[in-house]
Amino acid sequence: MGKPKIAFFDFTSCEGCQIEFTNYGDEATLELLKHVELVEFREAMTETTDGPIDIALVEGSFTRDADRDRLLEIRRRARYVIAYGACACTGGVNALKNHQDDFSEYVYGDDSVMPHLESGTARPISAAIEVDYEVRGCPMSKDELLLVISNLLHGTEHVVPSHPVCVECKRRETICRYDEGDHCMGQVARAGCGAPCPADGIPCEACRGFVDEPNIRALEKVLMERAGFSQKRAVGKSRMFTANLRS
Amino acid sequence: MKTTASVNIDVHHLTRVEGHGNIRVNMTNGVVERCEWQVPEAPRFFEAMVRGRHYSEVARITSRICGICSIGHTLASVKATEAALGIEVTEQTKKLRRLLKHAENFDSHVLHVYVLVAPDLLGAPSVFPLVETHGEVVACALRLKRLAHEWGSMIGGRTTHPTTVVPGGFTKLPTVAEVTVMRDRLLEAVPDLAATLATVRALAPNIPAFKRPTEYMAVTSDEEYGLYDGYIQTILPDGDRARYEVADYRSCTNEYVVPQSTAKFTRNRLNSYAAGALARFNVNYDRLHPEAKEVAGSLGISPICTNPYMNSVAQVVEIVHSAYESLHLMDELIADGIADEPLVAPTKAGTGASAVEVPRGILFHEYTYGEDGFCTGADCIIPTGQNHANIQADFTALLPWLIGAGKNENEMRLAFEMLVRAYDPCISCSTHYLDVEFVR
Ligand code: SF4
Ligand code: SF4
Ligand code: SF4
Repeated sequence: MGKPKIAFFDFTSCEGCQIEFTNYGDEATLELLKHVELVEFREAMTETTDGPIDIALVEGSFTRDADRDRLLEIRRRARYVIAYGACACTGGVNALKNHQDDFSEYVYGDDSVMPHLESGTARPISAAIEVDYEVRGCPMSKDELLLVISNLLHGTEHVVPSHPVCVECKRRETICRYDEGDHCMGQVARAGCGAPCPADGIPCEACRGFVDEPNIRALEKVLMERAGFSQKRAVGKSRMFTANLRS
Repeated sequence: MKTTASVNIDVHHLTRVEGHGNIRVNMTNGVVERCEWQVPEAPRFFEAMVRGRHYSEVARITSRICGICSIGHTLASVKATEAALGIEVTEQTKKLRRLLKHAENFDSHVLHVYVLVAPDLLGAPSVFPLVETHGEVVACALRLKRLAHEWGSMIGGRTTHPTTVVPGGFTKLPTVAEVTVMRDRLLEAVPDLAATLATVRALAPNIPAFKRPTEYMAVTSDEEYGLYDGYIQTILPDGDRARYEVADYRSCTNEYVVPQSTAKFTRNRLNSYAAGALARFNVNYDRLHPEAKEVAGSLGISPICTNPYMNSVAQVVEIVHSAYESLHLMDELIADGIADEPLVAPTKAGTGASAVEVPRGILFHEYTYGEDGFCTGADCIIPTGQNHANIQADFTALLPWLIGAGKNENEMRLAFEMLVRAYDPCISCSTHYLDVEFVR
């Protein structure tokens, strides 16, 4: 058998997750290229393919009906579909507008009624097609992506953690943001990133989404009682990267 | 021009650019029916989404406008927030941010020149087949890319949506030991830089000799090349300069709607202007590091250069500039030490604007905050938005030039694609959506 064919596709996103892919550097990139064949990657190559794909990597959220056909076509051709990045997995930061009804008028004024400015609800690509694996984060965790691809190549089942970021924070002995007088969402955020944000002195904003069955009420309570947030700010905060996972 | 030629070019979702753009050129028996640059990117509405957000969150949201220039967006955002809230950051913060800005420019330019432009000049469809044919060039590109990523991460926490850069300063500072290691690694990379220059010099004859004078706009500072901070300056092909304060950015960007289309374009003293490496090179040439000036000379570029394809060459000059300037900044940090500084707190509420150079050109952010520190309004004008009208004007001039040069349709298609790629457009930053439709 030849090398498995890998293709990249992008939808509504900042393409930061593709950039993360270029951040592997010489060793990891050249090593990966020994094991897979890149057949489509619009941002980096002219070649495209109509044929079957072993692994389709999809970045970006699904915001327009017109995108559905492209996604169905990708699904039809691909053995595995990996959604990578918060935009693709949950709708990501794009979903913040799902909680507003005047976003279009605000940005485009009178032009906002024009049909090409149509923008529906920002949703994860799983709202349009079946997804086999998700690599979360904004940007996605590039080590996790390599692991998912490596597991697929080796036929090993990939396990996504469902413990909170706080666990990883404790593991690396980071001082809790609450002890620094700040706030944080790590209690309900899904781990797997290694908790870089609190270690860098900023709150975790759950860019990887939530753990299974998160207790959002408790999160809001902590944000109000320990960080002194108003209820409005606590609710808004908890939507930051997870607007689609919140009411 | 007399011709009976017919041309039909239809590039749907141009490759090797960020975001989605189309090229449509139709000419029948010498009559141009259409020659247009289209942007079908889905709109994303960031300016609306930051309303109601606390000032500590705004840069984290607006950095997601663009994954390639996310450092620049973060810096533009925190600077605008600082201007609005009356926060005056320390000299150390400014120095570290400059160093971070250089890392981003270096990183993005390396990626653009090697991965997006070089394949055109080498006659390859992408960088990947070059692994077989030009293995050392690819390995060198990947090494430089990784170095830039680690250099940026040392200051920003990470380079895609940096973590540590916040209004008032940094939440985490690099140590002098880390800076020292990075300085040594950058010094070691000089041979790789020399290899880059040799590659570009060998490929330079393949760059089209097309010229189209326009206005060039860049951030300028009296002390330096002006990537991170300064005022706005433009220069016309005859050398005439104009200066604008950052807070008045609307008076030189002048967003407008084209009668035949729904597009928002920008213009200033001419009908379009250029932003980006070539614009900075033309505006700020005198403040380039001497090593970068020397490289410019050896690559055959001098101000005022009016060939838009030379933007990629100007990027190489900037790679060298950023390397040497950064070595200097790192030396200063190592000599002075890095002090633990608390974040500077807000002193007022109101509106503030900023300008920062991102790899693709001048970037403006503006926010308004209420007394409670929550955002009530935002405006972001991104470089590619400003370049669209200029790309379109280049298209209009390029078609007759290509016909005059006797090019066939395939050569023309490549020339159009290369032109757009030379601008290194960043179309996904569609905070201002454009739908360019010129009907002739
Ligand atoms: S998940 Fe974040 S980094 Fe990735 S494309 Fe979306 S906004 Fe960009
Ligand atoms: S900083 Fe955040 S993630 Fe870390 S322990 Fe505290 S609450 Fe949890
Ligand atoms: S710490 Fe939180 S915000 Fe940071 S990468 Fe992990 S999940 Fe995302």
